[in-house]
Amino acid sequence: MTKVQTDESIIKKNQIKAGILKAVTILAAAITVLILGFLIVYILVKGVPHLTPELFAWEYDSENVSMLPALINTLEMTILTLAVAIPFGIGSAIYLVEYASTKNRFVPVVRMTAETLTGIPSIVYGLFGMLFFNSMFGISMLSGALTLAIMVLPVIMRTTEEALLSVPKSYREGSFGLGAGKLRTIFKIVLPAAMPGIFSGIVLSIGRIVGETAALIYTAGTFTKAASSVFNSGRTLSVHMYLLSKEGLNTDQAYATAVVLLVLVIIINFISGRIASGVQKQHGEA
Amino acid sequence: MVGSGVLKEKIMKAVFFTTACISILAVGLICFFLFVNGTPAIKEIGVIQFIFGKVWRPGNGDYGILPMIVGSLYVTAGAIIIGVPVGILTAVFLARFCPEKIYPVMKAGVELMAGIPSVVYGFFGLVVLVPFVRNSIGGKGYSILTASILLGIMILPTIVNVSESAIRAVPKNYYEGSLALGATHERSVFRMVVPAAKSGIFAGVILGIGRAIGETMAVIMVAGNQPVLRAPNELLKGVCTLTANIVIEMGYAQDLHRQALIATGVVLFVFILIINISFSLIKRKAVHES
Repeated sequence: MTKVQTDESIIKKNQIKAGILKAVTILAAAITVLILGFLIVYILVKGVPHLTPELFAWEYDSENVSMLPALINTLEMTILTLAVAIPFGIGSAIYLVEYASTKNRFVPVVRMTAETLTGIPSIVYGLFGMLFFNSMFGISMLSGALTLAIMVLPVIMRTTEEALLSVPKSYREGSFGLGAGKLRTIFKIVLPAAMPGIFSGIVLSIGRIVGETAALIYTAGTFTKAASSVFNSGRTLSVHMYLLSKEGLNTDQAYATAVVLLVLVIIINFISGRIASGVQKQHGEA
Repeated sequence: MVGSGVLKEKIMKAVFFTTACISILAVGLICFFLFVNGTPAIKEIGVIQFIFGKVWRPGNGDYGILPMIVGSLYVTAGAIIIGVPVGILTAVFLARFCPEKIYPVMKAGVELMAGIPSVVYGFFGLVVLVPFVRNSIGGKGYSILTASILLGIMILPTIVNVSESAIRAVPKNYYEGSLALGATHERSVFRMVVPAAKSGIFAGVILGIGRAIGETMAVIMVAGNQPVLRAPNELLKGVCTLTANIVIEMGYAQDLHRQALIATGVVLFVFILIINISFSLIKRKAVHES
């Protein structure tokens, strides 16, 4: 009789312990979600009422604090950066996956340097861009874009590599069997099949470019006009946002700018999430 | 015809090879330019004077970055203390407790957290955390504590993602074996699965340290940016990190001052390289274990 009781009490004790452990993980997850939710709701609630038409005036002046020039610069910066980073990123991945043999000593070096690039903080990229690209192109959109291109290169490389690796071998063998050369196989068969994966990497990079500040302040600079040439300086939206909140004079406008940035990032994330889940489904079917 | 095809193949192979060299070239150039531009200042100031000097007053010719090194260490340590427990437990929840219906939403949330720009986090810190710390804890609000909380939030997605995949990589039989011995689901997860994933989780923490130490914009906006050597009991006072000092002073710095800031970047870069190398070593160990 007593033995049964102790067994029961042990079971009960274990159940209580288990309940506590479970509760702790739920609590932590709740904290994570609540922080994110609070941040988004707070910025939306405080910022949306300040999204006035003046904030989207064509020209910036200290009266209207327009963010439109900065938005245009962000778009320019994104296109310029991707124009450099995509060919190099995809080219590297093609070499690593399609050409290099597994015993190639060159491959681990490329992987290691790409990993190093991933870990370098954006301010270090900013310093490098300032020392290297500025000496050639001055403080300009081009210097900023080249700096960011190095920064997002490993992102595009890694996602493209994964996408290429996930293309079944039989696709390539089929193409070779029909008499196509290596190049033709890569461009007509492998790359199209890997496209969704590559695209999700590009979208991820867009997110990085849109949100970047530290690497741009001293490379692309803080000029308030929309850059009419790649050799002009121009502030992107994130840089604009930083300067607004640093000056502390236009807090309302800073809130509104934060809303625009946040919404952009949410859209970008949503798109890349959709693509990624599409890729998974595709693979599930195959 | 066939000959031109072979030539084209060869040329394109060379082109792809060249593109693959870019990342090596980039790392080489970054190292070269930082060291070449940074080391003259370190030589002129003196290594010991530069790294262990307690006073940073460029106007007087004092270039000691110890206050900034210590500042970076404080906010990073704070971020780890705040972010790591929440991050790991969230990862455990996602990997082993999360109901299937909630999972995609939670996962998307964590991804979104990783995607939010640091200026937006910084602004959030400025308008929410700074007043909160000032009113409910004390001080001016711009402090080591505020920066730690903000960085703790910012490194959450890194720690959650890396830890979750580490926990998921633990072989199923660990968990099943524990269940078979009569342990509860919770006990099996915490006593068997999580300890087995500890190398992977630790790699996530290291990556989080790298993020925290390299973070710039968010820290500038909440940390107060006073280049003063702080004692550990001065958590409510302002502090300047290595990263913040570079951005703030680079705008007007000249000559030796400018070089000293670049040298600060070199010190930061060396820190990051050490962290990266330990990350890859630990990750490799984690892969071997599982």
